[in-house]
Amino acid sequence: MQLVVFVVCAVGAVAAGAAVFWVDSMARATFALLASFLFVAVDVLLLDLAYLGVLIILMMIMEMVVMAVFMIMYMMNPAGLMPMSMVHNRRGSLAIAVGTFLVLAAGILLIHWPTRRGAPPAEPTRQLGEALMGSKMLVMMVLGLALFATMVATVVLAQHRGRYHRYGDELDRRAPDDPIRGGVGR
Amino acid sequence: MIEQAPLWTVPVAGAVLLALAGGAAALRGGLAAGRASGAGTPGAEAARLLVQQRRSTVAADRLLWRLGPAAVCVAATLAVLVVPLGRWTVWDSPVGVVWFNAMEVVVWAGLWLTGWGANSVWGLVAGYRFLAQGLAYELPHMFALTTVALGAGSLRVGDVVAAQSGLWFVVWMPVAFVAYLVAALGMAFWGPFDAPAQADLAGGVGAELSGVDALLLRAGRYLMLTAAAAFAVPAFLGGGAGPLLPAWLWSLVKTAAVLTLLVWLRDRLPTVRMDRFTELSWVVLLPATLLQALLVAIVVLVR
Repeated sequence: MQLVVFVVCAVGAVAAGAAVFWVDSMARATFALLASFLFVAVDVLLLDLAYLGVLIILMMIMEMVVMAVFMIMYMMNPAGLMPMSMVHNRRGSLAIAVGTFLVLAAGILLIHWPTRRGAPPAEPTRQLGEALMGSKMLVMMVLGLALFATMVATVVLAQHRGRYHRYGDELDRRAPDDPIRGGVGR
Repeated sequence: MIEQAPLWTVPVAGAVLLALAGGAAALRGGLAAGRASGAGTPGAEAARLLVQQRRSTVAADRLLWRLGPAAVCVAATLAVLVVPLGRWTVWDSPVGVVWFNAMEVVVWAGLWLTGWGANSVWGLVAGYRFLAQGLAYELPHMFALTTVALGAGSLRVGDVVAAQSGLWFVVWMPVAFVAYLVAALGMAFWGPFDAPAQADLAGGVGAELSGVDALLLRAGRYLMLTAAAAFAVPAFLGGGAGPLLPAWLWSLVKTAAVLTLLVWLRDRLPTVRMDRFTELSWVVLLPATLLQALLVAIVVLVR
Protein backbone atom coordinates (compact mmCIF):
# COMPACT_ATOMS: atom_id res chain seq x y z
CA MET A 1 0.00 0.00 0.00
CA GLN A 2 2.72 2.46 1.09
CA LEU A 3 4.82 1.48 -1.90
CA VAL A 4 1.90 2.11 -4.28
CA VAL A 5 1.25 5.55 -2.79
CA PHE A 6 4.95 6.37 -2.94
CA VAL A 7 5.32 5.32 -6.57
CA VAL A 8 2.14 7.16 -7.64
CA CYS A 9 3.25 10.34 -5.85
CA ALA A 10 6.86 10.11 -7.03
CA VAL A 11 5.83 9.67 -10.66
CA GLY A 12 3.12 12.33 -10.22
CA ALA A 13 5.63 14.80 -8.77
CA VAL A 14 8.04 14.32 -11.68
CA ALA A 15 5.23 14.46 -14.26
CA ALA A 16 3.72 17.62 -12.76
CA GLY A 17 7.19 19.13 -12.58
CA ALA A 18 7.71 18.39 -16.27
CA ALA A 19 4.27 19.84 -17.03
CA VAL A 20 5.51 23.20 -15.73
CA PHE A 21 7.65 23.44 -18.88
CA TRP A 22 5.07 21.86 -21.12
CA VAL A 23 2.05 24.14 -20.61
CA ASP A 24 1.78 27.52 -22.33
CA SER A 25 0.15 29.57 -19.58
CA MET A 26 1.67 31.13 -16.49
CA ALA A 27 -1.37 30.13 -14.40
CA ARG A 28 -1.15 26.50 -15.50
CA ALA A 29 2.61 26.44 -14.94
CA THR A 30 2.15 27.77 -11.40
CA PHE A 31 -0.48 25.22 -10.50
CA ALA A 32 1.45 22.37 -12.13
CA LEU A 33 4.35 23.31 -9.86
CA LEU A 34 1.92 23.34 -6.90
CA ALA A 35 0.69 19.86 -7.84
CA SER A 36 4.30 18.67 -7.91
CA PHE A 37 4.91 20.06 -4.40
CA LEU A 38 1.70 18.46 -3.09
CA PHE A 39 2.84 15.05 -4.38
CA VAL A 40 6.15 15.57 -2.56
CA ALA A 41 4.19 16.50 0.59
CA VAL A 42 2.38 13.15 0.49
CA ASP A 43 5.74 11.39 0.23
CA VAL A 44 6.96 13.35 3.27
CA LEU A 45 3.80 12.23 5.11
CA LEU A 46 4.77 8.64 4.29
CA LEU A 47 7.98 9.18 6.30
CA ASP A 48 5.78 9.78 9.38
CA LEU A 49 6.78 13.45 9.36
CA ALA A 50 3.16 14.57 9.79
CA TYR A 51 3.92 18.16 10.76
CA LEU A 52 6.41 18.75 7.95
CA GLY A 53 4.13 17.14 5.36
CA VAL A 54 1.05 19.19 6.28
CA LEU A 55 3.22 22.31 6.56
CA ILE A 56 4.48 21.78 3.00
CA ILE A 57 0.85 21.59 1.80
CA LEU A 58 -0.05 24.77 3.71
CA MET A 59 2.97 26.85 2.76
CA MET A 60 3.16 25.75 -0.87
CA ILE A 61 -0.50 26.59 -1.60
CA MET A 62 -0.09 30.09 -0.11
CA GLU A 63 3.26 30.57 -1.81
CA MET A 64 2.09 29.44 -5.23
CA VAL A 65 -1.07 31.57 -5.15
CA VAL A 66 0.93 34.65 -4.16
CA MET A 67 3.51 33.74 -6.80
CA ALA A 68 0.76 33.46 -9.42
CA VAL A 69 -0.26 37.02 -8.58
CA PHE A 70 3.23 38.41 -9.12
CA MET A 71 4.24 36.25 -12.07
CA ILE A 72 1.07 37.07 -13.98
CA MET A 73 1.57 40.73 -13.15
CA TYR A 74 4.88 40.58 -15.05
CA MET A 75 4.01 37.96 -17.67
CA MET A 76 0.42 38.61 -18.59
CA ASN A 77 -1.19 35.94 -20.76
CA PRO A 78 -4.91 35.96 -20.05
CA ALA A 79 -5.99 32.33 -19.84
CA GLY A 80 -3.58 31.29 -22.60
CA LEU A 81 -4.64 33.96 -25.09
CA MET A 82 -1.01 34.91 -25.56
CA PRO A 83 0.87 31.61 -25.32
CA MET A 84 4.20 31.73 -23.56
CA SER A 85 7.02 29.32 -22.96
CA MET A 86 8.75 28.50 -19.70
CA VAL A 87 11.69 27.00 -21.59
CA HIS A 88 14.82 29.02 -22.33
CA ASN A 89 18.13 27.74 -23.68
CA ARG A 90 16.45 24.48 -24.67
CA ARG A 91 19.51 22.33 -25.41
CA GLY A 92 21.64 23.55 -22.53
CA SER A 93 18.91 23.14 -19.93
CA LEU A 94 18.03 19.69 -21.25
CA ALA A 95 21.67 18.62 -20.99
CA ILE A 96 21.98 20.02 -17.45
CA ALA A 97 18.72 18.39 -16.33
CA VAL A 98 19.55 14.95 -17.78
CA GLY A 99 23.10 15.16 -16.44
CA THR A 100 21.95 16.09 -12.93
CA PHE A 101 19.37 13.32 -12.95
CA LEU A 102 21.95 10.74 -14.06
CA VAL A 103 24.52 11.81 -11.44
CA LEU A 104 21.95 11.75 -8.62
CA ALA A 105 20.44 8.43 -9.74
CA ALA A 106 23.91 6.89 -10.07
CA GLY A 107 24.72 8.17 -6.57
CA ILE A 108 21.57 6.58 -5.14
CA LEU A 109 22.29 3.25 -6.79
CA LEU A 110 26.07 3.08 -6.30
CA ILE A 111 26.46 4.34 -2.70
CA HIS A 112 26.70 1.60 -0.11
CA TRP A 113 23.90 2.72 2.22
CA PRO A 114 24.29 1.82 5.92
CA THR A 115 21.65 -0.46 7.42
CA ARG A 116 19.36 1.01 10.09
CA ARG A 117 20.53 0.66 13.68
CA GLY A 118 17.73 0.81 16.26
CA ALA A 119 14.09 1.81 15.73
CA PRO A 120 12.78 5.11 14.35
CA PRO A 121 12.21 7.72 17.09
CA ALA A 122 8.72 8.36 18.47
CA GLU A 123 8.55 11.95 17.25
CA PRO A 124 10.61 12.22 14.06
CA THR A 125 9.78 15.90 13.52
CA ARG A 126 11.06 16.87 16.97
CA GLN A 127 14.17 14.71 16.49
CA LEU A 128 14.81 16.32 13.12
CA GLY A 129 14.41 19.79 14.62
CA GLU A 130 16.81 19.00 17.45
CA ALA A 131 19.34 17.45 15.13
CA LEU A 132 19.22 20.53 12.92
CA MET A 133 19.13 23.23 15.57
CA GLY A 134 19.64 21.67 19.00
CA SER A 135 23.05 23.12 19.80
CA LYS A 136 22.67 26.12 17.49
CA MET A 137 19.42 27.56 18.83
CA LEU A 138 21.02 30.87 19.85
CA VAL A 139 22.58 31.33 16.41
CA MET A 140 19.28 30.48 14.73
CA MET A 141 17.33 32.93 16.87
CA VAL A 142 19.80 35.76 16.30
CA LEU A 143 19.77 34.95 12.60
CA GLY A 144 15.97 34.98 12.54
CA LEU A 145 15.86 38.35 14.24
CA ALA A 146 18.48 39.77 11.85
CA LEU A 147 16.53 38.47 8.84
CA PHE A 148 13.30 39.95 10.12
CA ALA A 149 14.96 43.31 10.82
CA THR A 150 16.41 43.25 7.30
CA MET A 151 12.98 42.64 5.80
CA VAL A 152 11.38 45.47 7.75
CA ALA A 153 14.28 47.83 6.93
CA THR A 154 14.07 46.95 3.23
CA VAL A 155 10.35 47.66 3.13
CA VAL A 156 10.84 50.95 4.99
CA LEU A 157 13.65 52.05 2.64
CA ALA A 158 11.66 51.01 -0.44
CA GLN A 159 8.60 52.98 0.68
CA HIS A 160 7.79 55.74 -1.73
CA ARG A 161 5.93 57.73 0.90
CA GLY A 162 7.31 58.11 4.39
CA ARG A 163 5.81 59.56 7.55
CA TYR A 164 6.71 63.14 6.50
CA HIS A 165 4.55 62.70 3.41
CA ARG A 166 1.72 61.41 5.53
CA TYR A 167 1.86 63.65 8.58
CA GLY A 168 3.49 66.81 7.16
CA ASP A 169 6.99 68.29 7.61
CA GLU A 170 6.43 68.91 11.31
CA LEU A 171 4.62 65.59 11.78
CA ASP A 172 1.77 67.62 13.21
CA ARG A 173 -1.07 66.58 10.89
CA ARG A 174 -3.77 64.84 12.86
CA ALA A 175 -5.04 62.55 10.07
CA PRO A 176 -2.46 61.25 7.56
CA ASP A 177 -2.75 62.43 3.96
CA ASP A 178 -2.98 59.18 2.01
CA PRO A 179 -3.76 58.67 -1.70
CA ILE A 180 -6.24 55.96 -0.71
CA ARG A 181 -8.32 56.92 2.27
CA GLY A 182 -9.91 54.50 4.69
CA GLY A 183 -8.86 52.06 7.35
CA VAL A 184 -8.03 52.81 10.93
CA GLY A 185 -9.20 56.17 12.26
CA ARG A 186 -10.14 57.79 8.94
CA MET B 1 -11.09 11.03 25.53
CA ILE B 2 -11.44 11.64 21.78
CA GLU B 3 -11.05 8.38 19.88
CA GLN B 4 -10.43 7.48 16.28
CA ALA B 5 -13.63 6.39 14.51
CA PRO B 6 -13.55 3.55 11.95
CA LEU B 7 -12.94 4.36 8.31
CA TRP B 8 -16.59 3.97 7.24
CA THR B 9 -17.46 7.16 9.15
CA VAL B 10 -15.84 9.35 6.46
CA PRO B 11 -19.12 9.58 4.46
CA VAL B 12 -21.00 10.17 7.73
CA ALA B 13 -18.81 13.22 8.43
CA GLY B 14 -19.51 14.44 4.90
CA ALA B 15 -23.26 13.91 5.34
CA VAL B 16 -23.33 15.79 8.67
CA LEU B 17 -21.38 18.66 7.08
CA LEU B 18 -23.76 18.74 4.12
CA ALA B 19 -26.84 18.66 6.37
CA LEU B 20 -25.55 21.56 8.49
CA ALA B 21 -24.58 23.55 5.40
CA GLY B 22 -28.01 22.90 3.90
CA GLY B 23 -29.57 24.14 7.10
CA ALA B 24 -27.43 27.28 6.93
CA ALA B 25 -28.51 27.88 3.33
CA ALA B 26 -32.17 27.43 4.28
CA LEU B 27 -31.73 29.80 7.22
CA ARG B 28 -30.08 32.34 4.96
CA GLY B 29 -32.98 31.99 2.49
CA GLY B 30 -35.45 32.54 5.30
CA LEU B 31 -33.58 35.55 6.69
CA ALA B 32 -33.28 37.14 3.25
CA ALA B 33 -36.85 36.38 2.22
CA GLY B 34 -38.02 39.83 3.23
CA ARG B 35 -35.33 41.62 1.22
CA ALA B 36 -34.19 39.62 -1.79
CA SER B 37 -36.51 38.08 -4.32
CA GLY B 38 -36.06 35.16 -6.68
CA ALA B 39 -34.01 33.03 -4.28
CA GLY B 40 -35.68 29.63 -4.07
CA THR B 41 -35.16 27.07 -1.33
CA PRO B 42 -31.68 25.51 -1.35
CA GLY B 43 -33.03 22.19 -2.66
CA ALA B 44 -34.94 23.74 -5.55
CA GLU B 45 -32.00 26.02 -6.38
CA ALA B 46 -29.60 23.05 -6.38
CA ALA B 47 -31.92 21.08 -8.66
CA ARG B 48 -32.22 24.05 -11.02
CA LEU B 49 -28.45 24.45 -11.24
CA LEU B 50 -27.95 20.70 -11.74
CA VAL B 51 -30.07 20.64 -14.91
CA GLN B 52 -28.91 24.03 -16.17
CA GLN B 53 -26.72 23.90 -19.23
CA ARG B 54 -23.13 25.01 -18.72
CA ARG B 55 -22.27 28.25 -20.48
CA SER B 56 -18.73 29.09 -21.42
CA THR B 57 -16.75 32.19 -22.25
CA VAL B 58 -14.31 33.01 -25.04
CA ALA B 59 -10.88 31.40 -24.50
CA ALA B 60 -11.70 30.19 -21.01
CA ASP B 61 -9.08 28.02 -19.32
CA ARG B 62 -11.57 25.18 -18.80
CA LEU B 63 -9.32 22.90 -16.74
CA LEU B 64 -8.45 25.51 -14.13
CA TRP B 65 -11.95 27.00 -14.20
CA ARG B 66 -13.60 23.65 -13.37
CA LEU B 67 -10.97 22.85 -10.75
CA GLY B 68 -11.65 26.01 -8.73
CA PRO B 69 -15.22 25.49 -7.42
CA ALA B 70 -14.53 21.78 -6.88
CA ALA B 71 -11.44 22.61 -4.82
CA VAL B 72 -13.52 24.76 -2.44
CA CYS B 73 -15.94 21.87 -1.78
CA VAL B 74 -13.16 19.31 -1.38
CA ALA B 75 -11.22 21.59 0.98
CA ALA B 76 -14.21 22.06 3.30
CA THR B 77 -14.87 18.31 3.38
CA LEU B 78 -11.23 17.45 4.09
CA ALA B 79 -11.07 20.14 6.77
CA VAL B 80 -13.88 18.59 8.87
CA LEU B 81 -12.13 15.20 8.94
CA VAL B 82 -10.15 16.36 11.99
CA VAL B 83 -13.15 17.95 13.76
CA PRO B 84 -14.42 15.62 16.48
CA LEU B 85 -18.14 14.91 16.86
CA GLY B 86 -18.56 14.26 20.57
CA ARG B 87 -16.17 11.42 21.43
CA TRP B 88 -15.31 10.36 17.88
CA THR B 89 -13.15 11.89 15.22
CA VAL B 90 -12.76 10.56 11.69
CA TRP B 91 -9.03 11.29 11.61
CA ASP B 92 -7.23 11.68 14.92
CA SER B 93 -4.25 13.40 13.31
CA PRO B 94 -1.36 14.49 15.56
CA VAL B 95 -1.30 17.78 13.60
CA GLY B 96 -5.05 18.31 13.21
CA VAL B 97 -4.88 22.07 13.84
CA VAL B 98 -2.31 22.54 11.06
CA TRP B 99 -4.34 20.27 8.77
CA PHE B 100 -7.43 22.44 9.23
CA ASN B 101 -5.37 25.54 8.46
CA ALA B 102 -3.89 23.94 5.32
CA MET B 103 -7.30 22.90 3.99
CA GLU B 104 -8.68 26.35 4.65
CA VAL B 105 -5.87 27.85 2.54
CA VAL B 106 -6.96 25.62 -0.38
CA VAL B 107 -9.88 28.05 -0.75
CA TRP B 108 -7.35 30.72 -1.80
CA ALA B 109 -6.27 28.61 -4.74
CA GLY B 110 -9.85 27.55 -5.51
CA LEU B 111 -11.24 31.08 -5.65
CA TRP B 112 -8.34 32.47 -7.61
CA LEU B 113 -8.65 29.62 -10.15
CA THR B 114 -12.40 30.22 -10.43
CA GLY B 115 -11.85 33.90 -11.06
CA TRP B 116 -8.98 33.38 -13.49
CA GLY B 117 -10.33 30.48 -15.53
CA ALA B 118 -13.35 32.27 -16.98
CA ASN B 119 -11.15 34.81 -18.80
CA SER B 120 -13.54 37.48 -17.61
CA VAL B 121 -12.61 40.74 -15.93
CA TRP B 122 -15.25 40.36 -13.19
CA GLY B 123 -13.97 37.02 -12.04
CA LEU B 124 -10.34 38.07 -12.31
CA VAL B 125 -10.81 41.20 -10.19
CA ALA B 126 -12.82 39.18 -7.67
CA GLY B 127 -10.10 36.55 -7.43
CA TYR B 128 -7.50 39.20 -6.66
CA ARG B 129 -9.89 40.81 -4.16
CA PHE B 130 -10.10 37.52 -2.31
CA LEU B 131 -6.32 37.15 -2.21
CA ALA B 132 -5.92 40.68 -0.82
CA GLN B 133 -8.48 39.84 1.82
CA GLY B 134 -6.83 36.49 2.47
CA LEU B 135 -3.46 38.12 3.13
CA ALA B 136 -5.26 40.33 5.67
CA TYR B 137 -7.18 37.70 7.63
CA GLU B 138 -4.72 34.81 7.43
CA LEU B 139 -2.10 35.99 9.92
CA PRO B 140 -4.55 36.85 12.75
CA HIS B 141 -6.23 33.51 11.97
CA MET B 142 -2.92 31.65 12.23
CA PHE B 143 -2.06 33.38 15.49
CA ALA B 144 -5.51 32.49 16.86
CA LEU B 145 -4.88 28.82 16.02
CA THR B 146 -1.34 29.09 17.44
CA THR B 147 -2.79 30.45 20.68
CA VAL B 148 -5.17 27.49 20.89
CA ALA B 149 -2.34 25.00 20.27
CA LEU B 150 -0.19 26.84 22.82
CA GLY B 151 -2.91 26.65 25.48
CA ALA B 152 -3.35 22.93 24.85
CA GLY B 153 0.36 22.17 24.37
CA SER B 154 -0.54 20.06 21.35
CA LEU B 155 -1.60 20.27 17.73
CA ARG B 156 -3.93 17.27 18.13
CA VAL B 157 -7.55 18.43 18.16
CA GLY B 158 -8.41 15.76 20.75
CA ASP B 159 -5.80 17.19 23.14
CA VAL B 160 -7.18 20.69 22.56
CA VAL B 161 -10.63 19.50 23.66
CA ALA B 162 -9.15 17.67 26.67
CA ALA B 163 -7.29 20.83 27.74
CA GLN B 164 -10.63 22.64 28.04
CA SER B 165 -12.13 20.24 30.58
CA GLY B 166 -11.68 22.87 33.30
CA LEU B 167 -12.17 26.13 31.46
CA TRP B 168 -13.21 26.72 27.85
CA PHE B 169 -10.63 28.52 25.75
CA VAL B 170 -13.20 31.13 24.71
CA VAL B 171 -13.16 32.42 28.32
CA TRP B 172 -9.44 33.19 28.55
CA MET B 173 -8.73 33.61 24.82
CA PRO B 174 -11.57 35.91 23.76
CA VAL B 175 -9.40 37.93 21.36
CA ALA B 176 -8.27 34.77 19.57
CA PHE B 177 -11.91 33.66 19.34
CA VAL B 178 -12.97 36.96 17.77
CA ALA B 179 -10.04 36.82 15.33
CA TYR B 180 -11.03 33.26 14.47
CA LEU B 181 -14.63 34.25 13.77
CA VAL B 182 -13.46 37.15 11.57
CA ALA B 183 -11.30 34.73 9.61
CA ALA B 184 -14.20 32.26 9.40
CA LEU B 185 -16.29 34.95 7.72
CA GLY B 186 -13.32 35.85 5.51
CA MET B 187 -12.54 32.33 4.27
CA ALA B 188 -16.18 31.83 3.19
CA PHE B 189 -16.15 35.40 1.74
CA TRP B 190 -19.23 35.91 3.84
CA GLY B 191 -20.88 38.85 5.56
CA PRO B 192 -18.74 41.98 5.69
CA PHE B 193 -16.02 40.21 3.68
CA ASP B 194 -18.10 39.38 0.60
CA ALA B 195 -16.32 41.90 -1.64
CA PRO B 196 -15.11 39.05 -3.93
CA ALA B 197 -18.73 38.07 -4.62
CA GLN B 198 -20.32 41.51 -4.68
CA ALA B 199 -22.94 42.91 -7.03
CA ASP B 200 -20.53 45.69 -8.10
CA LEU B 201 -18.61 42.95 -9.95
CA ALA B 202 -21.78 41.33 -11.35
CA GLY B 203 -21.42 38.56 -8.78
CA GLY B 204 -17.61 38.46 -8.59
CA VAL B 205 -15.89 35.06 -8.74
CA GLY B 206 -19.13 33.37 -9.72
CA ALA B 207 -20.07 35.91 -12.40
CA GLU B 208 -19.52 33.59 -15.36
CA LEU B 209 -20.34 30.30 -13.62
CA SER B 210 -23.38 28.28 -14.53
CA GLY B 211 -24.83 24.84 -13.94
CA VAL B 212 -22.85 22.40 -11.81
CA ASP B 213 -19.92 24.81 -11.35
CA ALA B 214 -22.17 27.51 -9.92
CA LEU B 215 -23.74 24.93 -7.63
CA LEU B 216 -20.31 23.75 -6.45
CA LEU B 217 -19.14 27.28 -5.68
CA ARG B 218 -22.29 28.25 -3.78
CA ALA B 219 -22.35 24.94 -1.91
CA GLY B 220 -18.62 25.23 -1.24
CA ARG B 221 -19.17 28.63 0.35
CA TYR B 222 -21.73 27.20 2.78
CA LEU B 223 -19.59 24.10 3.38
CA MET B 224 -16.57 26.26 4.23
CA LEU B 225 -18.63 28.45 6.56
CA THR B 226 -19.95 25.30 8.24
CA ALA B 227 -16.49 23.75 8.52
CA ALA B 228 -15.16 26.94 10.12
CA ALA B 229 -18.08 27.00 12.58
CA ALA B 230 -17.53 23.31 13.35
CA PHE B 231 -13.83 23.80 14.12
CA ALA B 232 -14.61 26.68 16.49
CA VAL B 233 -16.34 24.15 18.78
CA PRO B 234 -13.31 21.93 19.64
CA ALA B 235 -10.95 24.92 19.46
CA PHE B 236 -12.74 27.36 21.74
CA LEU B 237 -16.08 26.00 23.02
CA GLY B 238 -15.02 22.84 24.85
CA GLY B 239 -15.92 20.33 22.13
CA GLY B 240 -18.69 17.98 23.24
CA ALA B 241 -18.63 19.08 26.90
CA GLY B 242 -22.00 19.96 28.41
CA PRO B 243 -24.67 18.76 30.84
CA LEU B 244 -27.49 16.23 30.22
CA LEU B 245 -27.18 15.80 26.46
CA PRO B 246 -24.73 13.29 24.93
CA ALA B 247 -21.40 14.69 23.72
CA TRP B 248 -22.11 14.31 19.99
CA LEU B 249 -25.34 16.26 20.36
CA TRP B 250 -23.55 19.05 22.22
CA SER B 251 -21.02 19.25 19.38
CA LEU B 252 -23.87 19.62 16.88
CA VAL B 253 -25.76 22.16 19.01
CA LYS B 254 -22.69 24.34 19.48
CA THR B 255 -21.78 24.12 15.78
CA ALA B 256 -25.33 25.08 14.83
CA ALA B 257 -25.20 28.02 17.26
CA VAL B 258 -21.92 29.39 15.83
CA LEU B 259 -23.19 28.80 12.29
CA THR B 260 -26.44 30.64 13.01
CA LEU B 261 -24.47 33.59 14.37
CA LEU B 262 -22.28 33.71 11.24
CA VAL B 263 -25.28 33.45 8.89
CA TRP B 264 -27.20 36.08 10.86
CA LEU B 265 -24.23 38.49 10.79
CA ARG B 266 -24.27 38.58 6.99
CA ASP B 267 -27.04 41.16 6.58
CA ARG B 268 -26.23 43.06 9.77
CA LEU B 269 -22.86 44.42 8.63
CA PRO B 270 -21.99 46.39 5.50
CA THR B 271 -19.35 45.03 3.11
CA VAL B 272 -15.85 46.14 4.13
CA ARG B 273 -13.48 47.15 1.36
CA MET B 274 -10.36 44.96 1.18
CA ASP B 275 -7.91 47.86 1.63
CA ARG B 276 -9.72 49.10 4.73
CA PHE B 277 -9.88 45.60 6.16
CA THR B 278 -6.19 45.05 5.40
CA GLU B 279 -5.22 48.12 7.43
CA LEU B 280 -7.59 47.19 10.27
CA SER B 281 -6.30 43.66 10.26
CA TRP B 282 -2.61 44.56 10.33
CA VAL B 283 -2.83 47.54 12.66
CA VAL B 284 -5.44 46.31 15.14
CA LEU B 285 -6.20 42.61 14.82
CA LEU B 286 -2.63 41.32 14.39
CA PRO B 287 -1.12 43.09 17.45
CA ALA B 288 -4.20 42.10 19.47
CA THR B 289 -3.78 38.42 18.61
CA LEU B 290 -0.04 38.64 19.30
CA LEU B 291 -0.75 40.06 22.76
CA GLN B 292 -3.29 37.30 23.32
CA ALA B 293 -0.68 34.70 22.35
CA LEU B 294 1.83 36.33 24.72
CA LEU B 295 -0.69 36.26 27.57
CA VAL B 296 -1.49 32.60 26.99
CA ALA B 297 2.22 31.76 26.73
CA ILE B 298 2.88 33.39 30.10
CA VAL B 299 -0.05 31.54 31.71
CA VAL B 300 1.18 28.25 30.25
CA LEU B 301 4.73 28.93 31.53
CA VAL B 302 3.82 29.83 35.12
CA ARG B 303 1.08 27.30 35.81
